[in-house]
Amino acid sequence: MAKTGKVADEVRDPWYRRWAELPGEWRRRYRALDDRQRFQMGVVVRALVVIGLIFIDWPLALFVAVLFAVPYALAYVPQPWNRFNRFVTPTIVLLVALTYPLIYTNLLESRTNVTLIGAYPTLGTMVIMGVYAMMAVGLNIVVGYAGLLDLGYVAFYAMGAYTAAWFASVQFAHRNVHFGAVGVSGSTPGIHISIWILLVLAGILTAFVGIIIGLPTLRLRGDYLAIVTLGFGEILPQVARNGDSLGGFNLTNGPNGITPIDPPGFGNLNFLTGSGTFWTSDRLFFWGVLVLVIITVFCSLRLRDSRLGRAWIAIREDETAAAAMGVPLMRTKTWAYATGAFFGGVAGAYFAAFKQSTFPGDFSFNISAFILSMVILGGMGNVWGVVFGAAFLAFLNQQGLATIGHSINNSFGTSLDVPKYQFGIYGLIIVTVMLLRPEGLIPSARRKAEFHEGVSDTPLYDVQA
Amino acid sequence: MGVVPWLGRTLVVLLFVWLGVNLVKTPGDFGILLVEGLTLGLVYGLIALGYSLVYGILELINFAHGDVFMLGSWMSLYIGVQKLGLDASSSGAKVVSGLALTLLVAMAFCGLLNASIERVAYRPLRNAPRLAPLITAIGMSFILQDVGLNRLGPAPVSLPNILPTGTVVTIGGNNYGWGHLIVAVSALPVLALLVWLVQRTRQGRAMRATAQDQEAAAMMGINVNRTISFTFLIAGALAGVAGLLYALYSTNIQFDQGFTLGLIAFTSAVLGGIGNLPGAVLGAIIIGLIQQFNEGLSWHAPGSDWTQSIVFAILILILVFRPEGLLGERTPEGG
Repeated sequence: MAKTGKVADEVRDPWYRRWAELPGEWRRRYRALDDRQRFQMGVVVRALVVIGLIFIDWPLALFVAVLFAVPYALAYVPQPWNRFNRFVTPTIVLLVALTYPLIYTNLLESRTNVTLIGAYPTLGTMVIMGVYAMMAVGLNIVVGYAGLLDLGYVAFYAMGAYTAAWFASVQFAHRNVHFGAVGVSGSTPGIHISIWILLVLAGILTAFVGIIIGLPTLRLRGDYLAIVTLGFGEILPQVARNGDSLGGFNLTNGPNGITPIDPPGFGNLNFLTGSGTFWTSDRLFFWGVLVLVIITVFCSLRLRDSRLGRAWIAIREDETAAAAMGVPLMRTKTWAYATGAFFGGVAGAYFAAFKQSTFPGDFSFNISAFILSMVILGGMGNVWGVVFGAAFLAFLNQQGLATIGHSINNSFGTSLDVPKYQFGIYGLIIVTVMLLRPEGLIPSARRKAEFHEGVSDTPLYDVQA
Repeated sequence: MGVVPWLGRTLVVLLFVWLGVNLVKTPGDFGILLVEGLTLGLVYGLIALGYSLVYGILELINFAHGDVFMLGSWMSLYIGVQKLGLDASSSGAKVVSGLALTLLVAMAFCGLLNASIERVAYRPLRNAPRLAPLITAIGMSFILQDVGLNRLGPAPVSLPNILPTGTVVTIGGNNYGWGHLIVAVSALPVLALLVWLVQRTRQGRAMRATAQDQEAAAMMGINVNRTISFTFLIAGALAGVAGLLYALYSTNIQFDQGFTLGLIAFTSAVLGGIGNLPGAVLGAIIIGLIQQFNEGLSWHAPGSDWTQSIVFAILILILVFRPEGLLGERTPEGG
């Protein structure tokens, strides 16, 4: 009975201990390497990844190979020109993204029998990936920058979607307001405002909701805050579900949802190509979401480096020290909430316009946790990592799990219903990443240091019970 | 913030006015809902205690706890109904012995499950930033919920009426059944056992010491890791009891009941003062009463569509106005 926990553990040393400690052992060995050995190891690992990808499909392998090769090539760029080095990888990714609809039609669409992944993401999937990327970048501001765990982010998504639905559908049929809506006849009842205006309006309204939720709750300690946001995330969809007779007023049309929502007008671009077949709806929606994602990422990066962003990071790292340095805690946290909510609202409105509908059932806690796992997988605090995590998980959710399950069943003769395990898989991803690599796949250097060296994150009002 | 306490008091006064008017208008309904609410509250209390025990010792919201409870319900269904074949026509002796066996298996299963979750997902993160174990808890909750989904299927599964269906008492034309009474009464010895365990035994003293100060407890020769494992074991066993009792109470189980009821139970624990064991039971009884009154009263009751919203609104109001809960100690963050 007199043994302490530590001694007892060392004495016992169960069989699984060695396996459990393997990642730590690898990390120790990697740290013991010198720079040259690390460089060589990096080359070998990357080469192996690319060779592995060739077995899946060559366009994917080529893309990853270019991404891997660029940093090595850039090392040889001479002095005055290397100041542009940091723009090279984003430019390549951006170019591929911009031309993706063309690459897809001409090359990828016909490759439907790819090993493991089955098929490449369709344009519809890419739109959804983009919407989730926006939401994940928005959540990253709250969770990654400011370090406030938000488990009710879906409330902001719902708010954005319903804003689009209210002001661009026949929901309020007793009004007849038209402003800039494209493809809606002037005699259609209801409020019809252009989706592009509504994106901004949805963002602003959602930011206000974020402030309203934040003001009373942001004083709370981290885990309490998480639960309160979760509560709000559950209340809002229930209001949407029961909102078909709020004191006799039909606000949300209840479980039947609001549909159809007007499509956004993309303008007539045929004069650019001379034919009407180039500008399909899917392509336009894809380019639309791409522009929104770029704006979101740009704002997020600039915000991170702004005075406000540095205040967020200061609060995340040590609330007490930040307060002592004169950072106004409540105001800064509320801004993080409002900004994160803004992007969630814009993404929600665009998604609603893409699906042309919104239902209360779309806004379950699972979506909040899904977006959170994107942020965690990619790397809390790093915008690029978060975008990658969002694109990857949204692809898995949208078509990947089904096609991967299909190809596994074909190869091994099993009959697994992989999508049935989707939330188990997300849970496994969350747990594994938090245990083995809490800084995410593509971490920001700063966040990584926090997780490995340990930064005091005891909040100002914390007390030991 | 001078207006805040008055706002809170006004809300409480309004609540009592609403209850009073309903009592005068429909005393029969009020009476039966009071009894039903107590029954439901005791079941919630068993789950809420699991949250409170773990929070008390680790300051961690064990998000997976609700899903351990759900798997307890599943285990009860699997052992009691599918393996032992209990149903409405089983004889009294078979029901008693069968349920006792089911209870033991469910407690052991949930206790071990909860302790293994702690070992795998929380212990490696003991020194990590505070939110890290909360995030793994959410991940574990997803995994368990997926297990439940694959075992139970997406639709609710109904159980036969194993407990006797006769009426104990009729209040104003409403029947209160034997089944519900047995559920309520079975919860009491479990609570008594827990109080004895925490207050009177050596292990309970170790738990309280670890909750107060882990380092000091370790210096006094307490095996902190084992004490924490033991706490998770106890919390899981309580979830197992709650799983069986809930399955008997509602005769309907579903893979996502862990999420909804888990949050209700967590709200109860916060309402009573998280980390405070009598508080958890008191909070659960209040929440159970509020739920039953809300769904059953006729004068200006929002109805079952709003139950979840009301429970979460209570959670938010409590955390904002009185984070220490009803019985918890006042801490600076509540100031």
